[in-house]
Amino acid sequence: MNIEWYIVLSALLFGIGAVGILVRRSPMVILLCLELMLNAGNLALVAFSRAVGNGQGQVFALVVMVVAACEVVVGLGLIVAIFRRKLPLNVDDLRELRG
Amino acid sequence: MSATTWAWLVLLLPLLGSIAIGLSFRAVPARVAGVIGTGAVALAFACGVAALITLLGESPDARHHASTLWEYANVAGLDIKLGIYLDPLSTFMLLVVTGVSTTIHLYSFGYMKSDEGYHRFFSYLNFFVFSMLLLVLAGNFVLLIVGWAFVGFASYALISFWYRRKTATAAGMKAFVINVVGDIGLVLAAFLIVQHLGSFDYETVFAKAPQVFQTNEWTVIAICLLLMVGAFAKSAQIPFHTWLPDAMEGPTPVSSLIHAATMVTAGVYLIARTHVLFVLAPTAADIAAFVGLATLLVAGTIAIAQTDMKRVIAYSTMSQIGYMIMGVSIGAYAQGLFHLMTHAFFKALLFMAAGSIISAMANMQNIDKMSGFWKAMRFTSVLLLIGGLALAAFPFTSGFFSKDSILAYAEARGGMYTWMAIGGYVGAFLTAIYTFRLVFKVLPGEPCKEAQELIDTGHLYHGPAVNPHTLEPEDADVGFPGPEHHIAEQSKPMAIAMAILGFGALFAGLIQIPGVTDVLFKFLDPTFANSPLSEIKPSVGAEWRGLAVGAVIAVVGIWLSWVLWVRRPELPALFRERLRPVYLLCLNKWYFDEAIDFLVVRPALAIGRFANGVFERFVIDAGVTGGTEETVRSASGVVRAVQNGFVRSYALLLVVGFAGLALYFLIVQS
Repeated sequence: MNIEWYIVLSALLFGIGAVGILVRRSPMVILLCLELMLNAGNLALVAFSRAVGNGQGQVFALVVMVVAACEVVVGLGLIVAIFRRKLPLNVDDLRELRG
Repeated sequence: MSATTWAWLVLLLPLLGSIAIGLSFRAVPARVAGVIGTGAVALAFACGVAALITLLGESPDARHHASTLWEYANVAGLDIKLGIYLDPLSTFMLLVVTGVSTTIHLYSFGYMKSDEGYHRFFSYLNFFVFSMLLLVLAGNFVLLIVGWAFVGFASYALISFWYRRKTATAAGMKAFVINVVGDIGLVLAAFLIVQHLGSFDYETVFAKAPQVFQTNEWTVIAICLLLMVGAFAKSAQIPFHTWLPDAMEGPTPVSSLIHAATMVTAGVYLIARTHVLFVLAPTAADIAAFVGLATLLVAGTIAIAQTDMKRVIAYSTMSQIGYMIMGVSIGAYAQGLFHLMTHAFFKALLFMAAGSIISAMANMQNIDKMSGFWKAMRFTSVLLLIGGLALAAFPFTSGFFSKDSILAYAEARGGMYTWMAIGGYVGAFLTAIYTFRLVFKVLPGEPCKEAQELIDTGHLYHGPAVNPHTLEPEDADVGFPGPEHHIAEQSKPMAIAMAILGFGALFAGLIQIPGVTDVLFKFLDPTFANSPLSEIKPSVGAEWRGLAVGAVIAVVGIWLSWVLWVRRPELPALFRERLRPVYLLCLNKWYFDEAIDFLVVRPALAIGRFANGVFERFVIDAGVTGGTEETVRSASGVVRAVQNGFVRSYALLLVVGFAGLALYFLIVQS
């Protein structure tokens, strides 16, 4: 099995996620795209782990999943809070924190 | 107990008294505070006597002890100790200070009875006594400076005791500021001393000074001149004297204690203490002697023209301290200190008698309005007369022996010092005239209305409560003088205090009659034995010749003032007309206040205005702080622009940044 295909796929997924974050304004979609980027990273980790032949990379991927889950919890919590306060679900409108 | 243990007790008692009274002012009645204050100082005097007795039990050469309680700082080659030095000089000073203080506390006990703030008064008085004792007992220059500054503060606090009276607070500030000028001189002198001699301790400094310094080397002259600045500021010598007459705003016991008997003699003590340095710097010593001479003459002429009773006595204090400064500067150490002691007695007494009369005048102090008190207040009058006689050096009073011993020494030293002796006799003539001008205006004649009221009713006259100088209305609450002060005839403690001092003023001179007794000079001799100048001793014949001259001068002076102010009272007015410029010069105190205002105060104010208006506004505000602020503000403006609030632009920045980083590593690797 050639590792390069996995890496290319991982890179494509990461690119899609990054572009998604840059172009979309809905916080929900941005969160999904973040998830996509994290999982692109996971894919690369697992692929490298298989290529090298030990399980360290896979353990790392598990840790990333935990982090991702936490991040989703926080992110979704924020989105629910925004929704409840009847604020626009649009990151370009939510810019009170400018310097 | 050893002598130094007694000395520590002497220091401790007034401090404890001050703290106890200061903390317990709500808990104990006023009388108790007075008892504690007087008792503490009286006990201190008793301990001082015990120290003297212990010291007398030793051989004269062994009568010097240093004692250290603990080391305050021992770092970088400096060794600063909380230590005292007990030798005949400090023992003598501590006895004079505690002795006179005891009587003045006793006097205040009666005099201030109707005043609010009685506790505060006694707490301050005890603190003053502690500070003064610290000054005279200090074993090194650091502790001396501490005592010196404490005394300055105590003086400030007591001059401004009636703190709602504007003239009093202004006088307090004036005294404090001028005293601080002296403190600076003293600190700089101590700095030079430690720089060249490597120690603050008296014993080390005075032992090393003759080896390190050559005679009249510039450093030792500089040290002595700086010490003189300190001494002159504290002892009210020209040109630092202007605070003393103003300090008469304080309560009369304060004038008596601080501004006549003890604090103002600190400069004399300082010069006597550092006589080793002054011997090495004869030029500086001569300058000090001339300043003393100038002060005694100038103050004498001013005193003749003044009409404020307390200020006349204040100028006489300046003049008498001029004698002492002249004495200790030319080498008449023991003689100067002898005069210090007798002066403490008769000047404290004069102030007490004046206070008693001013009480009867309802705080008015103008001697032109006083007369006939001989009939109204016999006891006070007798004591005022005794004080006046001693001040005028009437034969066989204490001032007679002490003043003439200084002048006899000056004459024996010869050369230009003979002229100083002649100047001193001129000053003595002035002294006799102005002293008895005061006495003849106040005592004889028909009683004035205040004195008449006292004779008729036995009560003190009560005028409207006003400031005697500005005539501003006052009340009798705390911060102003009480409804009345008391007179010696109606107050036992005052009478006792005055009687003790009257005895001293009459008979204290008898311990040192030329050729007959030699108590004081013999006792002080070990302290000054290392000075070549103490070898000079006028012969007994010369001393008696000097005494005879002094007696004639005193009697003629008194006679002259009798002629001028009793027999032909129209003459002074005639003199005022004929010699108008001279009269105005004396009346306006030789324009010293104006000169200082013109030479020091106004330039300082102008510099201050310049610094505030130009330097502060344009250089500091606009340049230094303003420039820094502008730089930071504009730089932060640039950085702030990045934080625009668009989450997606942050993400873009992140992505571009990482892409750039990755590109960089790729290029570096290939």
